[in-house]
Amino acid sequence: MTAQAISLRPAVSGPVQPRFSFAKVASIVGAALLALLWLVPLLWALDTSLKPEPETTRTPITWFPVDPTSAAYRSVLDQGSILRWFLNSTIVAVLVTALTLLVSVLAAYGFSRTTFPGRKVLFGLLVAGILVPPQVLIVPLFAEMTTLRLVDTYWGVVLPQVVAPVMVFVLKKFFDGVPRDYEDAARVDGATRLRIVWSVMVPMSRPILGAVAIFTFIGAWNNFLWPFIVTTDPSMMTIPVGLANVQGSYGLRYAQIMASAVLGGLPLLIIYGLFQRHVIRGVGDAGVKG
Amino acid sequence: MAVQTSPRTPTGTRRTSTGSPRTPTGQPWTEKWGGLLFVAPFLVLFGFFLLWPTLSGLWNSFFNKSLAGVGGEFLGLANWREVFHDPAVWSSLKNTLVFTAMSTPPLVLTALVMALLANRTGVFGWFLRFAYFAPFVLPATVVTLIWVWIYQPGFGLVNGLLTSAGFAEIDWLNTENRAMLAVVITTVWWTVGFNFLLYLAALQGIPEHLYEAAAIDGAGDRQQLFRITLPLLSRTTGLIVVLQLVASLKIFDQIYLMTVGGPNFSTRPIIQYIYESGFTSYRIGYASAISYLFFVVIVIVSIAQFKLFSGRKEDLR
Repeated sequence: MTAQAISLRPAVSGPVQPRFSFAKVASIVGAALLALLWLVPLLWALDTSLKPEPETTRTPITWFPVDPTSAAYRSVLDQGSILRWFLNSTIVAVLVTALTLLVSVLAAYGFSRTTFPGRKVLFGLLVAGILVPPQVLIVPLFAEMTTLRLVDTYWGVVLPQVVAPVMVFVLKKFFDGVPRDYEDAARVDGATRLRIVWSVMVPMSRPILGAVAIFTFIGAWNNFLWPFIVTTDPSMMTIPVGLANVQGSYGLRYAQIMASAVLGGLPLLIIYGLFQRHVIRGVGDAGVKG
Repeated sequence: MAVQTSPRTPTGTRRTSTGSPRTPTGQPWTEKWGGLLFVAPFLVLFGFFLLWPTLSGLWNSFFNKSLAGVGGEFLGLANWREVFHDPAVWSSLKNTLVFTAMSTPPLVLTALVMALLANRTGVFGWFLRFAYFAPFVLPATVVTLIWVWIYQPGFGLVNGLLTSAGFAEIDWLNTENRAMLAVVITTVWWTVGFNFLLYLAALQGIPEHLYEAAAIDGAGDRQQLFRITLPLLSRTTGLIVVLQLVASLKIFDQIYLMTVGGPNFSTRPIIQYIYESGFTSYRIGYASAISYLFFVVIVIVSIAQFKLFSGRKEDLR
């Protein structure tokens, strides 16, 4: 399944169906209504964030701010924490993505193309690891982090998220399908195996690596439970954990709460907008290969 | 399921990897063990942050350990006996199952309807994909900040609409029978986009000539839907149901952020109880025992679903 295949085209074309049937019009109206329903909460948050504070709790509710203002955004940004959390989220998500790709690509190549004693047993262990939900590890993992003195550090947030056996599994399956001829040619030219990984396997699997990278990045940016547990110092919190404290600290200032929600969600919406093709292909691949 | 393999056991795979030409300088050591270097970085992290906590969690479940303390007194099966007699374990497990049962059908059906509609419309493709999938990329906290605001009594969007339509307003998050429903609605809005894209990819894999042939035989829209589309989607539906059940069982973020498990513990899921036992009551051993009980539930569901799913796949072929 290629990205081009997951474009939205009508399933039925040509003489099979008239251009404007009742069913088709009904589908368009239904799809548009559902889309509107799905966008309303986002628009409502944006709308509220632009209202002056007293207008947010007025009844009956107003749809458009009578007197739009960016005051809520200014006071959220002035408090400074949200910028710190942005920085933390960026550092964490970039580190998790880079390390996950590095470690998983090497491991996938090792399991796919090399032999060493114990390889099958280790791969079996990895597959069993897919079954372990990270949520059940929070207590022993936190105890371990205390021993390693990694609580409230970037490495404490990052390292457990780098272990993604399912990514290694997916990449290994993909590498298994890459023809060996390319590799053999590189080997004849005297390339080392590390060189082969970098110059043959990585370029050949760029689409799947792109999908893995984007999902890892979004997952790391949005992860709530683990950063919530391993950070206690507000200056080490990521956006999702920091924002969870916002409601308490802002009291009932809804315009500010919504402004911070908009700011917290915007980077991801932008990334999704930019890489929509890769995201969709990634999900598509999951469906086809699953 | 305990991972119980000895990494030291050699498997005796001694065949040379391929018939590919070897570099003349290839040494026996790298030939035999070189591959291990590729998997070593992953295995070290895997050992530290997955295998070790999995095993130490099981070990801890037999001890009376506090979060700060080292050692701890050996309790044998006492934690485990307590787990089975603790009403909070069963009520939070029940809440988790109720959430799963309430959320899975709408998350599958809504995604199917969205994909069928989007696939038919053809136009606005980018817009529909954006609208349906966008909430999925938002962090849980952003989603819950928005929805707690929407559910506000008085000036929240939902109650604003209810009262202007002449209905009585509902204090969604503070009413025992309504809170779980409110969380389910939020979850459907937040995560349905992923299932939608899976269905969309599957729909576009259905060859067009099937529809053309059916139309020539006089099959209408409805017959095409029920005789071609839905049967051909059954494998995808199986996959989505499996993924969704396991995902829903792991519910924590949105409940904790919206209701903190309340009112009166009516929405508290099992992961929240694990969290509270470990980090509020400081009972590592007990929390580990509950974790393992839950782990077993997840594994059983995964395996049962996998069996069902692979069985159905064979039927189709």
